[in-house]
Amino acid sequence: MNTPLIEFDNVVKKFNGVAVLDGLSFTVEKGEVLALVGPSGTGKSVTLKHLVRLLTPSSGRVLVDGVDVGECSSKELDKIRARIGYLFQGGALLAWMNVFDNVALPLRECTNLPESEIERKVEDALAAVELSAAKEKYPAEISGGMQKRAGLARAIVRSSDIVLYDEPTSGLDPVTSVTINRLIRKLNRELGITSVVVTHDLQGALAFADRILLIKDGKKVECATCEEFVKSDKPAVKEFLAAMKGELK
Amino acid sequence: MTISREPIWDDAPASKLQATLRHLTTFLSSLGWAARIFIESAAYFPSTLVRRDSRTVLMSQLYVTGIRTLPVVTVVSLFTGMILALQVGLELRRFNQEMYLGAAVMVSLIREMGPFSCGMCLAACVGSAIAAELGTMKVNDEIAALEIMSISPVRYLAAPRILALIMMAPLLGFFCCVIGTMGGGIVGVTQLGVDFGQYMASAISMADTKDLFVGLLKAFVFGAVIGTVSVSEGFGTSMGATGVGKSTQRSVIVSFLLILMLGYMVTRVCYQ
Ligand SMILES: Nc1ncnc2c1ncn2[C@@H]1O[C@H](COP(=O)(O)OP(=O)(O)OP(=O)(O)O)[C@@H](O)[C@H]1O
Ligand SMILES: [Mg+2]
Repeated sequence: MNTPLIEFDNVVKKFNGVAVLDGLSFTVEKGEVLALVGPSGTGKSVTLKHLVRLLTPSSGRVLVDGVDVGECSSKELDKIRARIGYLFQGGALLAWMNVFDNVALPLRECTNLPESEIERKVEDALAAVELSAAKEKYPAEISGGMQKRAGLARAIVRSSDIVLYDEPTSGLDPVTSVTINRLIRKLNRELGITSVVVTHDLQGALAFADRILLIKDGKKVECATCEEFVKSDKPAVKEFLAAMKGELK
Repeated sequence: MTISREPIWDDAPASKLQATLRHLTTFLSSLGWAARIFIESAAYFPSTLVRRDSRTVLMSQLYVTGIRTLPVVTVVSLFTGMILALQVGLELRRFNQEMYLGAAVMVSLIREMGPFSCGMCLAACVGSAIAAELGTMKVNDEIAALEIMSISPVRYLAAPRILALIMMAPLLGFFCCVIGTMGGGIVGVTQLGVDFGQYMASAISMADTKDLFVGLLKAFVFGAVIGTVSVSEGFGTSMGATGVGKSTQRSVIVSFLLILMLGYMVTRVCYQ
């Protein structure tokens, strides 16, 4: 068996004495889409932040392609970060640039591509998230859902081999949500992008994910393929699925 | 250097003493952090001047720092000069020495009051805005997003802001001295019956080149201090909107205190 692209090895993360991640271990294979689900405040965003060393584990290791992200040199870290696209929960667009420039930023700053090439890539990314019409607007002038989609365009514009999505569809209408979920799947299928998707939309996750990881109180409850996940007899999973169904009624 | 810092400790302090020691250590490490931000920004100053995109940012910062503050700086320095002239002039009149009014006003302005009032204005108008802007970016994960894209927030955000303050503070300090001297002249002519020509002659004859250089040095130091304090307060923000409010407030208070203390130190070093 070859080594997984992403590996959490018994990661504990404490904030002021409180363990938010409490011995979390899981792996993501190359070319896989992992959906990360769980109640609000269980440390899903914290988990993603460990992958780019915005946070470092209190104990345990986070490996990306065999490199310990928490311990590696800043050069190695830059290399890893260059391979990762990250959608923040809040979008995190720069307020003084319009949507187009925000999406173009990683290309302009970190690559030597000619402007025409940058323009083409940005247009493609904006079209993929259905935001071409708003490219001249500033972040303050567009809605929260549009900001999120612009952040998504910025995360995918570099065609990185790993993309981390923090709630790509929360706050979006059902139709756009489906478009975004399809986009995640398409990027994975066509470009082989490995993805970790934090989401509250289990229905969507069942459609685009290869495996689903449920965490609760900083611990792994279940990590299984979609079919196994819905059939799981672990009480926490059943509770989670029941809440989902209740919502649908 | 990384701007998205975590607390040094991840466990809760075991005792009051340990909590106090940790506060102290955190304070000292944030001093070192601010110093590193300044040094690293200074290393980026040449590239800020050369690169086209950062030059655009620098230009807008220069405009905000130097031009947008002019109304406030003008009023503050005008009244500083007028107050100085009135206070000193009334005393001088008791001894029939009004002809030295220009010298007294001019010397106190270029030695101390010009750079001082300019520093206060910059800390209140520009430093607070920088801390609030960068603090908001920090709590909205925008700084983290830059770091993940391998765009150094120090090069991209800190360097142009600090450089703009360093370039503009001496100019504004000099401007303060000129306007203040004019204000003093107005009071001298209208309230104290001093001839304007005599006022200016006395002002110019007594003002030393050394005084001017020390004054400009002070303004330069104040610019660097305000820039470093407000940038590092902004970058150090956590805890959402309340945190932004706190770091804005702290950036102004710390800048004020440092302007007072460094003003004294520079005088001490240069006039002994
Ligand atoms: N920088 C921090 N300092 C202190 N505590 C933190 C910090 N970041 C996160 N936490 C804590 O970690 C816990 C998990 O936060 P996280 O943002 O990962 O939740 P989440 O699973 O993403 O929830 P949601 O679905 O609402 O986004 C929260 O209880 C929060 O209080
Ligand atoms: Mg979250």
